[in-house]
Amino acid sequence: MRTFMIRWALLVTVTAFLGFSALSSAQMTRYEQDQRLGTEAHVGNLTGHAHAAKENYRRYCVGCHGEEGDGEGENAVWLDPKPRNFTLGQFKCRSTPTGTLPTDEDLYNTLGRGLVNSNMPSWNPLSNQARIDLVAYVKHFSPKFQGDKPGPPVQIPPEPEVTAERIKAGQAVFQKLECWKCHGVEGRGNGPSADTLTDDQNRPIKPFNFHDGTRFKCGTSDQDLYKIFMTGLDGTPMPSFADNVKPDEAWQLVFYLRTLQPMQSKEKQIARQLGLKPINPNSTPTPSPQPAASDTPATAPATAPETSPAASPASPPPADSASPNPPQRK
Amino acid sequence: MKTEYKYRVLALFSALVLFSIAILISGRTVDAASGGSITGKVKLNGTAPHQRGIDMSKEPTCAAIHKDKPVTMENVVAGADGGLADVVVYISQGLSGNEGASSEPVSITQKGCQYIPHVVALDVGQHMKVINADQTSHNIHPQPKNNPEWNKSQPPGAPPFDVTWANEEIAVPVKCNIHPWMHGYVAVVKGPFGVSDESGSFKLQGVAPGSYTLTAWQETYGTQTQKVTVAAGKPATADFTFTAK
Repeated sequence: MRTFMIRWALLVTVTAFLGFSALSSAQMTRYEQDQRLGTEAHVGNLTGHAHAAKENYRRYCVGCHGEEGDGEGENAVWLDPKPRNFTLGQFKCRSTPTGTLPTDEDLYNTLGRGLVNSNMPSWNPLSNQARIDLVAYVKHFSPKFQGDKPGPPVQIPPEPEVTAERIKAGQAVFQKLECWKCHGVEGRGNGPSADTLTDDQNRPIKPFNFHDGTRFKCGTSDQDLYKIFMTGLDGTPMPSFADNVKPDEAWQLVFYLRTLQPMQSKEKQIARQLGLKPINPNSTPTPSPQPAASDTPATAPATAPETSPAASPASPPPADSASPNPPQRK
Repeated sequence: MKTEYKYRVLALFSALVLFSIAILISGRTVDAASGGSITGKVKLNGTAPHQRGIDMSKEPTCAAIHKDKPVTMENVVAGADGGLADVVVYISQGLSGNEGASSEPVSITQKGCQYIPHVVALDVGQHMKVINADQTSHNIHPQPKNNPEWNKSQPPGAPPFDVTWANEEIAVPVKCNIHPWMHGYVAVVKGPFGVSDESGSFKLQGVAPGSYTLTAWQETYGTQTQKVTVAAGKPATADFTFTAK
């Protein structure tokens, strides 16, 4: 009788143990995520509910981003760049400082805009309500959205007027901040460090080529461009420059970057009139005529040395050929 | 009857007050007596693996600094007498929870396109200064799992960044995307810690008397633990030996 009881107890224990192990970690993740289905998102008058987006997510998103939002959908193996892993709670396009969560509006805008140079299309064809619900659903994948708040949005001061001085100063900022180390002296994404870049999952990643198109990763406007380098693109090699760039300098850089793009613009016209040449990384950056660049530019050029074999051959064509056939686009 | 009840309540209340004061005082005495320390050596058994040389010719200002002494990777840094450097030693069990973070900031300096020190340890909430002493821009890009990931550019001459970490994490890899060879670690621990020097020596200060589990972490060889007891006013010792793979 006693041995029977012991055996029985053993059987129960073993079954319970096996039952628990059969509950895979995936199921546990799903269970935890389901606890967060009450997540909400707010943009303007819209309120999104995660549970309301379940069907749309299954229909439109799951193929790439996966059932658990880990970016491991069945299409993921064929894609480059890879779909975002929502469970990390880390996003490229933000209005908030590096290392902080995006606002609901940031996610909502990304969903509507899509991400250029990737397989993420614009979801504007969905209704506003469907998109805000999906934002809540995206948030529910990461526990970070439960505790942490989004960072304080980066303040963007009013845009000053485009002038030749500002464009020239912007070029000096481009040189001083060493944007060219990755983006190249002409902004073609071919700087000396370009080939070695990897994202936070150690996958190769390319720097943006400004001659390639009219859209940036996180929008098309001057304000969007300003935001990109003041917030950084988290999870990529693109850092935030907010600590060391003043608003004036940031606008100057925006204007200079516009001259590199293929479409016609006021900036490009001025650059052509100026006969603006690509930067020479071995030379002293032209000092900004404005008092904005007060923090001694002497540090950078002081030891820019005689021998620098790596950077100079990267820019054979002269400035004028930088944009051989600028399409008329406005 | 009624007064007796009153007295009882009063007695209970005063007992409670006394008890809480006692707790407060005893908590303080632990802090006051926390002058104890743990010292020891970390050794490497066997020969350290070959450390690949680093070609910095793409960054001439840094290459010039290392003209006379070529730089290698720092995955295993062994001293002449078998001491193992850059090992973080910390208390993984037995802390009372009363230990406050040191108000002294630690620092990590980008110099000659290297992180100095290669491994830095600090307490949760302790301040860390990130300094760029180079003539080139760096981006400092920690890749934590338990803390938020961030990525900031630091041009030459820029003021130091002031950084704190909210959660324990051993250890956070740090890299610079512009100079892919740059690699370091930030170990965020709770309570007293030490990092071994070239001779393998380390020291944990401000350890209150008690029994602890001590853990040593090395970036290539992982962790080792051992028990250690610290008696009041008497430095305890603990040595670790990692075996080269």
